[in-house]
Amino acid sequence: MPEQVVSHQDSRETLLFYAVGILFLLVVPLLNVLPAEDSWLHISDFRLNQFGKFLAFAILALGLDLIWGYCGVLSMGQGVFFGFGAYCMGMYLTLQIGKESVYGSELPDFMVWTQVKELPLFWYPFKSFMGGFLGAILVPVLFATIFGFLAFRSRIKGVYFAIITQALAFAAWLVFNRNETRLGGTNGLTDFKQLLGYRLSDPSTQRGLYLITVIALIASYLLCRWIVASRAGKVLIAIRDSESRVTFSGYTPWMFKLFVFVVAAGLAGLAGMLYVPQVGIITPAQIGVLPSLEVVIWVAVGGRGTLIGAILGAVAVNYGRSILTNYFPEAWPFILGGLFVVVVTMFPDGLVGMIRKLTDRKKTPAPLIKAEGSTAA
Amino acid sequence: MGLDRFSQYVLTLVLSAILPISLFSTSTLAADAMSSAASETDSLAGPIEQAFIDIKSDDAALRTQAAAVLIEKGNASLISRLDEIRAEADRSVRQAIKPVIDLLKNHANLTSEQADTRRSAAADLVGTGRVEAITWLEEAAAKEQVWWVKYTMEESAQLIQLRSDEQAVKLSAIKKLGELRSQNGLSALKELLEAGTQSGATEQQRALADSAQTSIGQIDSWGWWAGSIETLFRGISLSSILLIMSLGLAIVFGLMGVINMAHGELMMVGAYATFITQQAFIAWFSPENFDWYFPAALPVAFLSAALFGLVLEATVIRFLYGRLLETLLATWGVSLILMQAARVYFGDLTAVIAPQALRGGAQVMIGVYLPYNRIFIIILSIVCVLGIYFLLFRSNLGVRVRAVTQNRNMSACLGIPTRKVDSYTFAFASGLAGIAGWALTMVGNVDPGLGQNYIVDAFMVVVTGGVGKLAGTIWASLGIGGLNKLIEPASGAVYGKVFILVGVILFLQWRPQGLFAAKGRNADA
Amino acid sequence: MDKNLPQDSPIATEEVTATEQTGSSRREFLGQSGRVAAGFGVAALLGNLGNYALSYAAGGPPIKIGVLHSLSGTMAISEVSLRDVVLMAVEEINKAGGVMGRQVEAKVVDPASNWDLFAEKAKQLLLEDKVSVVFGCWTSVSRKSVLPVFEKNNGLLFYPVQYEGEECSRNVFYTGAAVNQQAAPAVEYLMSPEGGGYKKFYLLGTDYVYPRTTNKILRAMLLAKKVPASNIEEEYTPFHHQDYQTICGKIKKFAAGGGAAVISTINGDSNVPFYKEFGNQGLRAEDAPIMAFSVAEDELRGMDTSALVGHLAAWNYYQSVDTPQNKKFVANFKAYCKKNKLPDGENRVTDDPIEAAYFGVYVWKQAVEKAGSIEVDAVRKAVYGQKFLAPGGQIMMDEANQHTHKPVLIGEILKNGQFKVIHRSKGLVKPEPWSEYTNPEKGCDWISHQGTYQKK
Repeated sequence: MPEQVVSHQDSRETLLFYAVGILFLLVVPLLNVLPAEDSWLHISDFRLNQFGKFLAFAILALGLDLIWGYCGVLSMGQGVFFGFGAYCMGMYLTLQIGKESVYGSELPDFMVWTQVKELPLFWYPFKSFMGGFLGAILVPVLFATIFGFLAFRSRIKGVYFAIITQALAFAAWLVFNRNETRLGGTNGLTDFKQLLGYRLSDPSTQRGLYLITVIALIASYLLCRWIVASRAGKVLIAIRDSESRVTFSGYTPWMFKLFVFVVAAGLAGLAGMLYVPQVGIITPAQIGVLPSLEVVIWVAVGGRGTLIGAILGAVAVNYGRSILTNYFPEAWPFILGGLFVVVVTMFPDGLVGMIRKLTDRKKTPAPLIKAEGSTAA
Repeated sequence: MGLDRFSQYVLTLVLSAILPISLFSTSTLAADAMSSAASETDSLAGPIEQAFIDIKSDDAALRTQAAAVLIEKGNASLISRLDEIRAEADRSVRQAIKPVIDLLKNHANLTSEQADTRRSAAADLVGTGRVEAITWLEEAAAKEQVWWVKYTMEESAQLIQLRSDEQAVKLSAIKKLGELRSQNGLSALKELLEAGTQSGATEQQRALADSAQTSIGQIDSWGWWAGSIETLFRGISLSSILLIMSLGLAIVFGLMGVINMAHGELMMVGAYATFITQQAFIAWFSPENFDWYFPAALPVAFLSAALFGLVLEATVIRFLYGRLLETLLATWGVSLILMQAARVYFGDLTAVIAPQALRGGAQVMIGVYLPYNRIFIIILSIVCVLGIYFLLFRSNLGVRVRAVTQNRNMSACLGIPTRKVDSYTFAFASGLAGIAGWALTMVGNVDPGLGQNYIVDAFMVVVTGGVGKLAGTIWASLGIGGLNKLIEPASGAVYGKVFILVGVILFLQWRPQGLFAAKGRNADA
Repeated sequence: MDKNLPQDSPIATEEVTATEQTGSSRREFLGQSGRVAAGFGVAALLGNLGNYALSYAAGGPPIKIGVLHSLSGTMAISEVSLRDVVLMAVEEINKAGGVMGRQVEAKVVDPASNWDLFAEKAKQLLLEDKVSVVFGCWTSVSRKSVLPVFEKNNGLLFYPVQYEGEECSRNVFYTGAAVNQQAAPAVEYLMSPEGGGYKKFYLLGTDYVYPRTTNKILRAMLLAKKVPASNIEEEYTPFHHQDYQTICGKIKKFAAGGGAAVISTINGDSNVPFYKEFGNQGLRAEDAPIMAFSVAEDELRGMDTSALVGHLAAWNYYQSVDTPQNKKFVANFKAYCKKNKLPDGENRVTDDPIEAAYFGVYVWKQAVEKAGSIEVDAVRKAVYGQKFLAPGGQIMMDEANQHTHKPVLIGEILKNGQFKVIHRSKGLVKPEPWSEYTNPEKGCDWISHQGTYQKK
């Protein structure tokens, strides 16, 4: 890849990023607060909340983009890390319910009906906000470190890695569904009341959460950019394009892979943490094979290998789903599946790639991603 | 079960060579019973007519007496009359009549022409606990030809004897039950043992308990062996299902470098093809020929899945050769579309009715009962493996396929039409998925989620087995299936699965390329 | 690579236009998709538009109600029927002049069997569409997911499916059965001489909240009735479990010697493999009957019933219930499905949740008319004690606890996928959200208490 093209693309992406950032950070919240409720410019609390959710998903997508788009390692188990983060925050929020619960007990509702008499030990750290916050990042990070260490060190890669992570998602789904794990079984954790003393039902709390999500997204983006632009980032791209050559050059690819895998898991945890208070429920259904694969779709649609693409893809697909399921509920799986086939076979660079192709028509088109043939064969 | 229409008729196809044939539905009860003993009624008219009146009385004692008369003297021809009374009677009368009907029916059914009916009758007689039944059972057992029906009759007779009041009869029943290795007697024997070992037990109870202890020991040790054999069978059965699902997957993965996430949905196509064939048979053929739908569905399932595969290859996969991860993603999109298409088009009205020959099972020894549908799938998977082996390693086409796998350009230079070989191979593997779907209709659902239920397991098998090796797939499915069934009784279904998944991850630590790793230039795939 | 082929460009252009709109002006995109969709979807959903327009002038603006059932995803197979029957009831009501002279307008949304989407769509119905009542949910988890939304925004939900109890929300009316109206009487029946006097019980279920809680209550009840703990087995399988070999083997061992029954709370697509394996391992309904709480006519349509014949189920309604209003209801439903070209048309069947969803709409209508308002608190108070001649017979809403008084029917599965009623409770059974066996000290009352309270 010629250096000059990269910087050229970089500046364009930065511009796009600023545009998106300002839109979500300033324009959307202002439209929520300023115009009168019946004005056509008004964005209702419901929509704002919905966008908060999408932007949390965007953080999750950023993580996957980092490891898949830049390092060529497809993880089909990002939902698990997202779930870890979400459950950690969910546990904190559950303990905040206190006596407001259905059973009026200090214990979470589901523990009362599964006849748990005492709070299990592993719940104790989540009594404090810091416990929930740190847990949401550290648990996925720790888990990813162990899993990644085992997987990458023994050179499980490519499609094997994808299948193994899929199995991981499946296993996690099975385990989280069990009641013995003391995490609420199929019903998950829900009915949250307050966060740090703020009522979650309050629109202003939701507004605040939205802003925090946008800021977290911007921070995550900058972190990813920093990683990608660093020397390590160059090695990552080199690993994606030809792992053997990187090995022969004296690097240890698995260390780099492990590093991004862990970062991606941390971002997924962060996304889960932001998702829970905004949506108000976390269940094993968010952890399974399908939700994990959907993240892959977002990134593929947005354009892998460009950070802004992951954000665009997550928001576009989710927004599309929210609108389209209203009118064509039965058609949505067709659209989703069709989107996947079309994007993978015809537009490997996704939306961003298409925009670039369009604007670059008169200049030299620069493919973002080399054919994966070199990695696969 | 009201499936009388099949009962005259037994499936005579490939299966019948392997499977015992004498399977009939259990519920031709009344019909058989009526004809067997209709002529004797006349001479007994007097007391029976009286009993018919008495049984409707308000006096409980009179009812009991009448019931006894009816049981002793009556036969199956009375059932319809009793049923009429029962339909109009109140609760207490209904309760008086029910055991009479049960006994008469079962007595008549002991001489039924169908082994299953005779056996059911013998088993049901235990529940009534009437002493009259002992002689009936012993008489029937003396004439019985089929060993496990005879066994049930003897066992039932002893079980009723066990409730006798006489010490000697009880003792002999306990001893016989032990000799018979009767699983059904276990709970009654344990009760006797418990009663005899309590502090206030009488001399007699203690003698019974001693004897029961020996019998329980005999039954338990037999039961352990029988249980182990059944567990082994279950393991093999699950393995055969995993194998038959993974074969096609392993072929496209190993030979073509394609990960087909839509493989499960191709199985679903096969299952729906079976369903459609069944509907066609219902619509166009007479009910006697209904069971033929199943063999007829085999080519339909194979061809329709192969056709889907052909189209899939030509429209999607073709563009993605050499890009393994991309094939995975694109085929996953296809699987979403196929699933939803099935959901929209078929809805939920898709029951596949198993042909008579594949219902029930064979009692191969005491305590070991093997379902025919499972035996069938085990045999089918062996046939499929052999078929693939001959196709790939003993046929012209196989040589070409392997040549293309090893060196595409060289093969093309030598005049092998590589494009055609690609699409045929893919279609063949898809057809195998169709066969798997066809077979799975015998154990599970036909619904849009069919493929999803198995796909993760199937991938586990392929990954564990190693790419491109038939032997790897076979060993991996045996290992995973067997291990699963070994763990499951202790851990429950969920943790059994989780252990397997963790086990596979750890196994790949040791052998990252699976059991049988491909060597040479493909090793880095 | 293919992506550089020239023929891609036109497609690319279109796609990009769509994107830019997504990014910069979502409002436009929303409006646009709304307009497009209106042409396809809305007309079909609202049904009788002409009628609607006529009476709009007469009685005031239409009353908006929400329908919150999954139309796609794994739960669609069950939930679509409920949407259909609710829309049918709405059509009937509108034809008969509406509610208080106002037409009813149903807003149907699709939560796609996705639990967090349930919460989102519930918010949308209550906050965006401002519906006055919602009919919806099937699974317990979907109900739990929308519950906070309804409580926060003081909405009203009619929930039509049997459930595990231990809930007493002011914002939900439960028209399905509580545990004491389905599971508990069914087991009592099995223990009675008439039911066969069973002594050993194998409690088998899918692993989620409904089976877990139901079995917890049943276990407490069995122990209270002096069934020894060694005669009770409990086992759970994950959703979509397919391989029941080991479990049927266990049941066989458990049932050896007779007197054993299986109490099944297995859900959805696991039922077929379970019943098939059960039969194929040589177990018969005579040896050990399976009493199921989640298998109704609608599910039986998709099963090979030969493996199920003779097994039992407990519900509050069957399609075979012989009342004049039920005959009419079944005929109407079939005609409705045929008229609207719904899948399977005339072959559709009714079952317990369908009936419960149907009479829920009418109970709401009566309550609105009694209250003279669609305001939630007024309607809620008017629902208490409301009676309605439902297809299965007269039902009554409880005076205080948000649940429904219903009859209990035990049915035997027949070859044609219908049920033969073999036992019927005397009169209506009073609902107990808190079971007398597990929570004897708790009650549910929204008149003299604030929901769940401690009994003295």
